[in-house]
Order: sequence, then structure tokens, then C-alpha cells
Amino acid sequence: MQATIEVRGLRKSFGPTLALDGMTFTVAPGQVTGFVGPNGAGKTSTMRVILGLDAPDEGTALVGGRRYTALRRPLTHLGSLLDAAALQPSRTGRNHLLWLAHSQGLDARRVDSVLEQTGLGGAARRRASGYSLGMRQRLGIAAALLGDPPMLMMDEPFNGMDPEGIIWMRGLLRSLAEAGRAVLVSSHLMSELEDTAGHLVIIGRGRVIADTGTRDLLAAVSGDRVTLRTAAPGRAAAALARAGAAASTDGTAVTVSGLPPEKVVLVLSENAVPFSEVSAHRASLAEAYLELTRDAADYRPDAAGYRPDAPAGGSR
Amino acid sequence: MTATVTPERSGAGRDDKDSFGRLVHAEWTKFRTVRGWVIAVLIAAALTAGVGLYAASGPQTGCQPVGPNGPIGPPAPCKPANPVGPGGEAVSDSYYFVHRALSGNGSLTVRVTALAGRSSPPGGGIAPGPNQEQNFTSGIQPWAKAGILLTASTRQGSAYAAMMVTGGHGVRMQYNYTGDAPGLPGAVSAASPRWLRLVRAGDTVTGYDSAGGTHWARVGVVSLAGLPATVQAGPFVTSPAWVQTQNSGPTVATAVFDHVSARGTPPGTGWRGVSIGAITGSNAQGSSLPGRLHAAEGTFTVTGSGDIAPAGPGPTNIGVPADDGFAGAFAGLIVVIVVGAMFITAEYRRGLIAVTLAAAPARGRVLAAKAVVIGSVAFVAGLIGTAPVIPVGTSLLRSHGNYVFPMSALTEVRLVAGTAALLAITAVLALAAGTILRHGAGAITAVIALTVVTYFFSVPLAVLPAGAADWLLRVTPAAGFAIKQYVPAYPQVNNVYTPQHGYFPLAPWAGMGVLCLWAALALWLAAVLLRRRDA
Repeated sequence: MQATIEVRGLRKSFGPTLALDGMTFTVAPGQVTGFVGPNGAGKTSTMRVILGLDAPDEGTALVGGRRYTALRRPLTHLGSLLDAAALQPSRTGRNHLLWLAHSQGLDARRVDSVLEQTGLGGAARRRASGYSLGMRQRLGIAAALLGDPPMLMMDEPFNGMDPEGIIWMRGLLRSLAEAGRAVLVSSHLMSELEDTAGHLVIIGRGRVIADTGTRDLLAAVSGDRVTLRTAAPGRAAAALARAGAAASTDGTAVTVSGLPPEKVVLVLSENAVPFSEVSAHRASLAEAYLELTRDAADYRPDAAGYRPDAPAGGSR
Repeated sequence: MTATVTPERSGAGRDDKDSFGRLVHAEWTKFRTVRGWVIAVLIAAALTAGVGLYAASGPQTGCQPVGPNGPIGPPAPCKPANPVGPGGEAVSDSYYFVHRALSGNGSLTVRVTALAGRSSPPGGGIAPGPNQEQNFTSGIQPWAKAGILLTASTRQGSAYAAMMVTGGHGVRMQYNYTGDAPGLPGAVSAASPRWLRLVRAGDTVTGYDSAGGTHWARVGVVSLAGLPATVQAGPFVTSPAWVQTQNSGPTVATAVFDHVSARGTPPGTGWRGVSIGAITGSNAQGSSLPGRLHAAEGTFTVTGSGDIAPAGPGPTNIGVPADDGFAGAFAGLIVVIVVGAMFITAEYRRGLIAVTLAAAPARGRVLAAKAVVIGSVAFVAGLIGTAPVIPVGTSLLRSHGNYVFPMSALTEVRLVAGTAALLAITAVLALAAGTILRHGAGAITAVIALTVVTYFFSVPLAVLPAGAADWLLRVTPAAGFAIKQYVPAYPQVNNVYTPQHGYFPLAPWAGMGVLCLWAALALWLAAVLLRRRDA
């Protein structure tokens, strides 16, 4: 059995709202798969269907080839973090993990080991009501790791984490994937997944918009454009156009497409056009994401409105 | 580290059993790690004991002896304690008895030709002076009794068997206070007399009746263990007090016997008349007046008053059942209901139910595991809370001059375990209601209304009409409170059998059955909804 999460043709509506509209993708082992989409796109709904918490109207979700609800000791197959706030406030973090461990036939040693792994050891015997959102995320991740599962699924794990926590989280996700696990991580912020996700499933309005490797996506969105800084944009544009490239200028910078950077330098030198910088344009994941979801977003704040503590995307 | 999937173990059956054990373990860990819940259950035990003992320390039905300078000494029961029958139960044992000794195997036969009665006036009581019955009006009590009695001794509470005619229930054979079997129907008169016979063989006594004295029918056979060789036998008459909701007054009955014949009488003995258990003096609460005998030409005209029957709390019997100490159970119940509902609604409130069901997708089993844990916890709290109530509560009641109806050790165990079960099953009902409603306050309100409030309005406050209270105590989960009734109601005993006097419309286990049915149905509905709904 492969440690693979397969989602096939999920449909689900909540009253008049269509939450999932033929959601289909596969999470392969050995890499982090980013699950990205605007709030309300269906990330949480998909994960709830995978866990058997919500029943889909149509379609199947298989975890290692089987339905999640058919698994014995399911936390040893798929560890998950849906809602870090789902805690009994008067129970300590360690005791929260302890009952979960007992439900899987595991003991307190395993609890202490994941507490160590997530850096919660010091706070473990305090009541969960005193935890910051970042500590709750760590506790939720500890719970997901409890059964040492080959598959992991986390909904917005970066929410509420400080920069140090985000760096730690990225390292943890990468190391989990490098150990051969299938890791699905959702986010409504593409930038959080930069340098972490090897694969991206981008969704909008309950269906998959793009299912692609991160590098391929960046290349596709970047195109083969070159950015040029020069004191004589007009002359540069004219020279490059004569060489067969398409060039446009905004006054100080010239964007060139159709010629690789070394050819651009050659053309400019031949025509004695002065320039200060020539660089291959590299799109950010955020740009790529905006490009792809422009039509699919129910709700999308402008770029300036992006906040790291924005509420988790959810359909319910 | 490599991503291998844990191999499935073979032997699904064993694993299924293990998996339920794991769920119970997890739910127990959940319960014990919320300090508020643990403290609440300890409070439930303390309330059950504390409120129960407080209730037991309250009532004072005794009479304080009064001296020239005010009350003197501790309060004492106003009348002698009820005698105790061979079965350990409290009994009434007052009648007029015309008896003689009967040795070894023998028999006794009489003919009864008349039975008439007279009652004290409602509220008027007994006239002072020599003629106590001067204001009485005529009328026979349905359970006035006249017949023949064979008893181990004339001491109250002795083992006996009797054949009798009654005021309204035909011929009966009764024995050892609680036993009752019907014989010939119809009232007795000179035109329609009744012949009665008792035959003793060893420990066995057989009763017969006959309309004409030639054709005899067997009414019943009883075994009176340890009956002595010589017993006392002869005609008797008694007539129970009339009872209204809060009131009662003595009555008398007079019967005429002839054709009295006895076999097995030792030589040199004869008939002697005696009033057994009559209450004399100024105590108008007494339900038994002295009787009398007029004997002439082989005919006995006997007047008697009282009853030979089990005694229970009611207007005729000032006294309290020891189960009044179980009043505390309803206080503990409120706390247990709150914890039982919260055990699941707290998970709904925080979204923790999704974590629970992701860890254990078999939802029906999760609910069952929760029920096992909360039920066990409430049961133990109930045991701790009720165990001290009977021994300590009973002595408190007695120290205030209350008469306490006796109970056997087995009954005491049933009361303690039954009250603990009442708490346990109600906690499970609250858990089920919490699952159905997914809302703590709603579930708690509903279950408290169905159990504690219903009980409280029906029994201790008694603000509901008796009919409505009876109906509620049959069909609502409050029927489970019947488990604490230990003095049974008897159809052959005049009394006011209402919940206020401690008589529930259903037998103890039947009442508990109604509560169990509610819990089972609610749990079933909760499981169906839990499986069907998105978590």
C-alpha cells in the first residue's frame, strides 16, 4: 500500500452553497504538497471529507488506498491538524495528547517524544486555555505526529505563528517529506509555502485550478522575460525591437521578452546603449497564485490587505 | 525513517474488542484530566450524602415529654413502634381474639352468620368517657375481617394463618401479614352464612371455605416454618381505620360465630377472649379500640378493631421511611446531569468532537465508550453518596423521636445500589441528550426537567394532583425514583397510596426499567444522529 492520499471527484453542497465541485488530486509521498486557494475555496471541506468527518455527496477520498473511516488506529496512518483551537481549555496540552495516545493504544512515552519534537515540553503541563495561537498550532502538530504516520495533513498550520515558528515549521515540513511521508499543507497565502512545497494543488470554488510542480509553475508564469534598467529606455527599446524582441518601457525599466538575458546584453552593447542592470524576471508564487485565481476567487483582498493572521479558510 | 504503513493485525474480532477498550481508556483519560468534572462528581457524592442527612435530621414527629417547667428529655415516638412480622416488615397486629390452645395436628371450624361495622366520624375522633363509640355511624369497612386464626402466639408479629370473611372482598385466606388469597365471593348474612375451616398438619396449614358446611373448597395452603407444637386458635374480629388523604379514624366490626368446633385441644383448656394491640388512653391517633366478646349458647358475638396486615407509612401510621434520607439523591442528580451532558457538549462547543472522531471514526462506539465512562463515574459517586445515608440517617431520624420503618440488609443493598444506578443511568441519559441537541444548556434543562423537577413537583412538594403525579411517575424518567421505595403497597391494606406517602405507581425495578428505556432510546437516537450528521 502506497502512502498516498487520493481525492476523486468530490462534490458537496451545504444548502445552496456548492463547497466542493469535483475536487480531484493526489498527494504523493516524499514531498510537501501545498493546498492553496482563497478563503472559501474548499480546502477545509476537502480535508474534513478525507477524515470522514463530513460525508461527500459524490466522490471518494482514499488514504493509502482505503477509506479513512475503515482504518484501525487511524492516527498511525494519517496525522491531521484541522483546527488548533479545538481544545478543552481546562485540560493541559500533555493530557490532550495523552487521551489521543490512549485512543490509539499508545502510551505516555510517545506523548513526551512528540512534545519534545514540537518544542512544547515547557508548556505541556499548563492548561490549554493559556496557550497562544502559535502554541496551539504546535500542540496540533504534535497530535498529528503522535501516531508516527506515513501521511500528514494540516490546515493552515502557519496561522498565528511568529517568524521563528514559521521557519521552524518549514524545516519540519521539509524533513517530514524527506523521510518519505506524504504531506498536504493548506494555506491561503502562497508565500508561506515558498521554498517548502515541491508540488502545488491550487483550488478555487471547490475545484482544482492547477496541479503542478512548484518549479514548473514559476517558470510558466515568469515566461522568458528580462528586466533592464537603463538611462535611455527609448533607445534600448528600439534596438531590441530591431533584434526581434518585444520590448515595453515604463520610463526607467524596460521589460523584454523573446530574447534571453545574454542576447539582450549583446544587443545593447552592439548599439552602445548604456544600462545599469539586466536580470531575468522571476515571478513570485504569490504572483502566480493571483494570476491563476483571478477568476476563481470568491473573495480576494488586494495584495496590501494580506495579513499573516487572517482567519483560516473554511467553508463552514 | 521510511514511510511504511503499520501492517494490519490479523484477528479482527480481537482487535475490535481491543479497540473498544482503547476508546474507554481514552474517554476515561479525557474525563479525569478535566479537574472541574472530577470536582463536580465529588460534589455530587457529597451533596447526595449531605442533603440526605440534612433531610434526615429535620423531621420531628415524636412527642416531647413535658414537665412543669417545659419539655424534658429527648423526644420519643408518640406510640409504640409497629411490631415486626416474620418477614422483617412492619405490621399492624391488633384484633379481638377468642382463642384456646391447639396441640399437634388439629383443626378448627366455625360458621359466620353476620358481620357489621361502625366508624368514628370524620375528624370527630373518639368520644371521651366509657363509651368511646357513642358518635360512631354504622358502615362496614371493605377490609374489616372476621374469621378464624391460628397463630404461634398471641404476641404481636407472630406467624399465623387465617380464614376470614371481609366487609367487601368475600372470603380470604391470609397468612403472615402479607399473604392473601381469595375464596368464596359475596357478603355474609344469616341467609348466606360462610363456613370456615383451618387444618394444621405439621408446619402446614390449609384453609377451606363452604357455603353450606357440607361441600368444602380449599382456599390455600401455607407453610409456617417453625410453628410450635402448641398454637393458639379461635375466632377473631378486626376492622381497619378509615383513611383520607391526611386523616384517619378507628372503626369497629362485630361478627357472629356459631358451630365452633375444634379438634386437637388439650384437656382442661377453654376459650378466652383478649384484645390484642388495642390502644387505650387519650391518643386519638390509635386505630385500634378495645374489643369485646359475648358468648351464649354456643354463639360468640365478637367485636374487634384494628388490622392484621403489613404496615406502611400513611395517615394511620405516623412514621418515616428511612428512604427519606435519599432526598439527597436529587441534588447529586443535578450535578451528574450537568457533567453527563457536558462530557459531549463541551466537545461540540470547542470543535473537539472532530478530533475525537478523527481518532476514532466508529462513532457509535465512541458514544458507547463515553456512556460507559460517565455511567461508571456517576455510579461510584452514587455509592459513595448513599452508603452512609441509611445507617447514619436512620439513627438521626430515631434520635429525633421518629419511628423508622424497618428494612432488611438486602433491601438496604438494593436501595444503595439502586440509587447509584439512578445517578448512573440519568448521567447516560444526559450524555445522550447532549449528543442529540449538541447544546449544553438545552440538554441539561431538558433532562433536569424530566427527572429532578418532575420528581420534586410530584413527591416532596406534592403540588401536582395525585393523578397527574402518578401518571408522570409512570412515563417520565422520574419513574426511576421508585427504586427507593421499600415499603410496598398492598391491595388488601387500607391506606393512602400516593407518592407523597412514599408509594410510587410502579414497582422499584419497573420504575428503574422505565428510566433505562428512556436512556436506551435516547442513546439509540443519539447514535443514529451522530452517525448520520457531519461532525
